[in-house]
Amino acid sequence: MFSVYMLMSIKKKYLKGNHYLFENRVVDLEEIAEGKFLLWFEKQFNAKAGHVVAIAADESHEPRIYSLCSSEKAQNMQILFDLKPDGVLTPRMASLKPGDVLYVSKPYGSFLPDTEIPMWWIATGTGIAPFRAMLQSGFKPAMLLHGARVASNFYFERDFKLELKENYIRCNSGSNGQGDFFGRVSAWIDAQDELPLSNKYYLCGRALMVVEVRDLLIAKGVRYENIVSEIFF
Amino acid sequence: MQALFGKTLDELQSLVVEMGLPKFTGKQIADWLYKKKVASVDDMTNLSKKARAMLSENFEVGTFPPVKVQKSTDGTKKYLFPTAHGKYIETAMIPDKERQTVCVSSQVGCKMGCLFCMTGKQGFNGQLTAGEIVNQVQMIEETDHITNIVYMGMGEPFDNLEEVLKSIDILTSDWGYAMSPRRITVSTIGIVPALKRFLNESKCNLAISVHTPFDDERQKLMPVQLAYPLKSVIDEIRAFDFDSQRKVSFEYIVFGGLNDTSRHVKEMNRLLNGVRSHINLIRFHPIPGTPLEKTDEQRLQRFKDELNNKGLLTTIRASRGQDIYAACGMLSTKGLQKDS
Repeated sequence: MFSVYMLMSIKKKYLKGNHYLFENRVVDLEEIAEGKFLLWFEKQFNAKAGHVVAIAADESHEPRIYSLCSSEKAQNMQILFDLKPDGVLTPRMASLKPGDVLYVSKPYGSFLPDTEIPMWWIATGTGIAPFRAMLQSGFKPAMLLHGARVASNFYFERDFKLELKENYIRCNSGSNGQGDFFGRVSAWIDAQDELPLSNKYYLCGRALMVVEVRDLLIAKGVRYENIVSEIFF
Repeated sequence: MQALFGKTLDELQSLVVEMGLPKFTGKQIADWLYKKKVASVDDMTNLSKKARAMLSENFEVGTFPPVKVQKSTDGTKKYLFPTAHGKYIETAMIPDKERQTVCVSSQVGCKMGCLFCMTGKQGFNGQLTAGEIVNQVQMIEETDHITNIVYMGMGEPFDNLEEVLKSIDILTSDWGYAMSPRRITVSTIGIVPALKRFLNESKCNLAISVHTPFDDERQKLMPVQLAYPLKSVIDEIRAFDFDSQRKVSFEYIVFGGLNDTSRHVKEMNRLLNGVRSHINLIRFHPIPGTPLEKTDEQRLQRFKDELNNKGLLTTIRASRGQDIYAACGMLSTKGLQKDS
């Protein structure tokens, strides 16, 4: 249900691609690691943990899709993005200031947490975003694996450590010495003798990681029906 | 050196004008590149010596031959092409009576990660330029006998739409190959914004990878379903005003015991209600490590008949080139990317 405040705050909308995009305002922007930004904007619609939004900086460009990383109950919405210097949208997003306009779709998607089956969450890089939204919304996995090449890219590690303790594993595939496992997420999974076959596995990240991990899980006996994948397109 | 091959007429004209040459030189170059299919600027003999010398300073034709050709027992051929950045792509040539169909790649690898596809297992290794796409048509042995082109090789064409549209421009324009757009089919898993643009900016046929009409099942087979649900793809197609010549087909790989039931027939009928379409059933070609299975022939025939009985025009596509890994969903250059 929308609150009165939400309905009042919804402004101009236009159709781009298959999305209605609504004029929105930036609340805050923070560079949390080199070239990695957290962007807060107004909450105009309710969202579920795991939802995505389509975002455009103006009416002329095609929107890009981002996972929300904020709690279902948060006052504002938040995304995590990686600055692509040659891109169209992210350089503009990286220079936004509070009060600036951007265009955001209604939240949507089906990468939603399961409340009945224990979950494993597996992410690389900014693919951690939907899992942060899930955690902040009160969902907890049996295990979270996060892969990154540098320690500063284990985003939200304090939140995850606090809540998940030893069930949060940072897989560091770079040369920097911080992490719980030194190697890629796929190497950690490959090294396991057994995986809980009745759990549900959520994968989020680049295509290669997702297909490699999916193949490994299937090879270790996980049914593909129990694997949900979200790839950065 | 920059490649001339892969440039559109507009680009060639701008380029020659910038060099101080007459605009019509652009048309002459297009003629040499795409009709006379020359290998060198020096072969463009109706250009002035000065023009050839100026062009040769910074440009080359830029076509490249395949480095390997494999031939199937059924006559299908698979060509291996290098790309500009030291990677490799595959192209299939499928002869069938009067038809000579070339199946071109649009990307090195693929981002889409479909569970049943070999290409997806190598991840995404880069975009092809229009020149690299058209090169697959020009540099195969059968180039002068091609009747049809399908964008069903490696990659998702709508994830590289700019270059795909440019390649179609070269293939269909009078100054290019002058091929009928009705003989070209672009296959997509359904990236909606690109689909809209393709429908409006091209006249080519369209093939949509469906594989199951159920959202939850499709999401497990094709992660793209999360971003672009099938229903939104079908809605776009339903809303578009197709002329009588332009074809839309729905590709449906049949997996044993998974998507070949009466429930699927019923849902396909509901989903495609009001859409003029043709369903292509494709036999699944098992790939290493796949949890999916082939369907048996009897079941496949029955599934086809059930769809036809619902009024959905359905045929079974012949499997070709399976012994050389050239069949649908089997193209991959993963090993070569690692070597390179």
